[in-house]
Amino acid sequence: MNIASYNFAYLDEQTKRMIRRAILKAIAIPGYQVPFASREMPMPYGWGTGGVQVTAAIIGPNDVLKVIDQGADDTTNAVSIRAFFQKVANVAVTTKTGDASIIQTRHRIPEKPLGQGQVLVYQVPIPEPLRFLEPRETETRKMHALEEYGLMHVKLYEDIARHGRIATSYAYPVKVEGRYVMDPSPTPKFDNPKMHMSPALQLFGAGREKRIYAVPPFTDVVSLDFEDHPFEIQTFTEPCALCGSTGVYLDEVILDDRGGRMFVCSDTDHCEECRDEH
Amino acid sequence: MYVAVKGGEAAISNAHRLLADRRRGDRSVPAIGLDQIVEQLALGVDRVMSEGSLYDRDLAALAVKQARGDMIEAIFLLRAYRTTLPRFGYTKPIDTEAMLVERRVSATYKDLPGGQLLGPTFDYTHRLLDPQLAEDAPVDEPERREEPGEKIMRVSEILAGEGLIEADGVLPDDHRPGDITREPLEFPMARDTRLQALARGDEGFLLALAYSTQRGYGRSHPFVGEVRIGEVELELEVPELDFAVPLGSIRLTECQMVNQFKGSSKVPPQFTRGYGLVFGQSERKAMAMALCDRSLRAEEFGEDRLAPAQDEEFVISHSDNVQATGFVEHLKLPHYVDFQAELDLVRRMRAEQAEAGEEEGKEAAE
Repeated sequence: MNIASYNFAYLDEQTKRMIRRAILKAIAIPGYQVPFASREMPMPYGWGTGGVQVTAAIIGPNDVLKVIDQGADDTTNAVSIRAFFQKVANVAVTTKTGDASIIQTRHRIPEKPLGQGQVLVYQVPIPEPLRFLEPRETETRKMHALEEYGLMHVKLYEDIARHGRIATSYAYPVKVEGRYVMDPSPTPKFDNPKMHMSPALQLFGAGREKRIYAVPPFTDVVSLDFEDHPFEIQTFTEPCALCGSTGVYLDEVILDDRGGRMFVCSDTDHCEECRDEH
Repeated sequence: MYVAVKGGEAAISNAHRLLADRRRGDRSVPAIGLDQIVEQLALGVDRVMSEGSLYDRDLAALAVKQARGDMIEAIFLLRAYRTTLPRFGYTKPIDTEAMLVERRVSATYKDLPGGQLLGPTFDYTHRLLDPQLAEDAPVDEPERREEPGEKIMRVSEILAGEGLIEADGVLPDDHRPGDITREPLEFPMARDTRLQALARGDEGFLLALAYSTQRGYGRSHPFVGEVRIGEVELELEVPELDFAVPLGSIRLTECQMVNQFKGSSKVPPQFTRGYGLVFGQSERKAMAMALCDRSLRAEEFGEDRLAPAQDEEFVISHSDNVQATGFVEHLKLPHYVDFQAELDLVRRMRAEQAEAGEEEGKEAAE
């Protein structure tokens, strides 16, 4: 048995070229889902194979990589993906948002505003924002092509009629550059405003569903809403129990079995930086 | 930082060490060899090759060993290796008529050219546990027939003579086969790519769907025209040479399902076909595949598409067990950011409802 050694960043160069083509097309049509020939990766589908393929296609030897899951650098899957790129690409890694040239993320956008030249790579489970309204790909592609998004507005309206508010708290749909309705991946809607006019390039990879889409720098990203029910983000009444930050997304940590709990920053790098400053 | 998963790095490496220990099990028991897996768990190896889409017994056996016998994990290991291999080209279509047949049965004809050959089958065994197998009791040498040395006509060709069955059809000369490992799936699919997807589809899933068609969810009136198992030679056309180069042979199971068809406005009544082809020996998979193939051709014959097994997007999107297991199992990854968002929403909605309840209570009291 002759097990070959692997190419830089795991994927062979032809595959990388194919993925880069899809990325370029995605950048050219913001918010449009570009089908690509997703490969089997050495981690399971649903565990970030799309994000890993995008990162593998764009990463170079001089890049500095940060990987977060739930906002944290030390969650197990983030550790695993970071270790993968250290192994197959031997690149520098960091936990500092400001130092990274590529940030691969699952479920969060870092609190620290991203700058020009940075790339945020999202891991996407279900790229189709209309999927739970219409399960058929043949139908949803048609709806996007015809810009037929009435169904989505009806869904949001029904939420308001039934619950008094829009009952979508994460994976909240956005409209990109006034054309395509896009799923921001299951980030909390708290993070939606960060996507708007971001100087960073945002790339979205869905491995199992074989789709790549993008939000180029300085692009309009508007969360869907109604005039009388404007979009609003989550607010927390308490500051972070560790660093005292306010206006950031917090995780609830259960402390004991008597209902004791505290709220702490979900973005661990932000939390550490704040504590260092004090 | 107070997070239970802090120290992920050390936890992961310790978990993998423990996994390696459990995989090996009791060290006083000899380790199982790849040759033992290849020889004695051959049907498991066949399934891994088939759904892993890579014909290599040793690698499949290694995957089975590494996966501790978890078939889907083994299939996944093989796929993740396969995907890194370069593609040299596409072989010529195989000729299953020239198959060196070890088993060949037809349920439509009592006797037919080439005969019925039972071969190494579980059929007609009584499923009684055999205590002798617990030890290494000697096994008799098999009876061998003389190699017939001539092609065994496929049963579909017998009916084709009368025009009673749909023909194989011909592909245009410049036809390039689709390749689901190199191009993203698009619906509706062509039949070649659909068959590729079915060939690597999960045996259990296809079996259940095939079964559903027999129980009335998209009934297709099937007969096993023929199942054959044996070795087939592979040939590759090399541009510099003007003849095809033999690459060796692979073992395959082929199933031709013959289905009654009453005809439609477009097509006169005739028998139609479903097709199944898998690596190694797996009649169950080949037959299930053939039934699913026929069901998915409903539109082609102008039949109503009402049952799940007739719905291409439903069947093909969910047939890949590597995708399915990954996505189902990813639910154990942390989701606390999203859960927090939902928690917050439910708390708010409950508070609002309680408030509204109080208001109503007051109004009623007034």
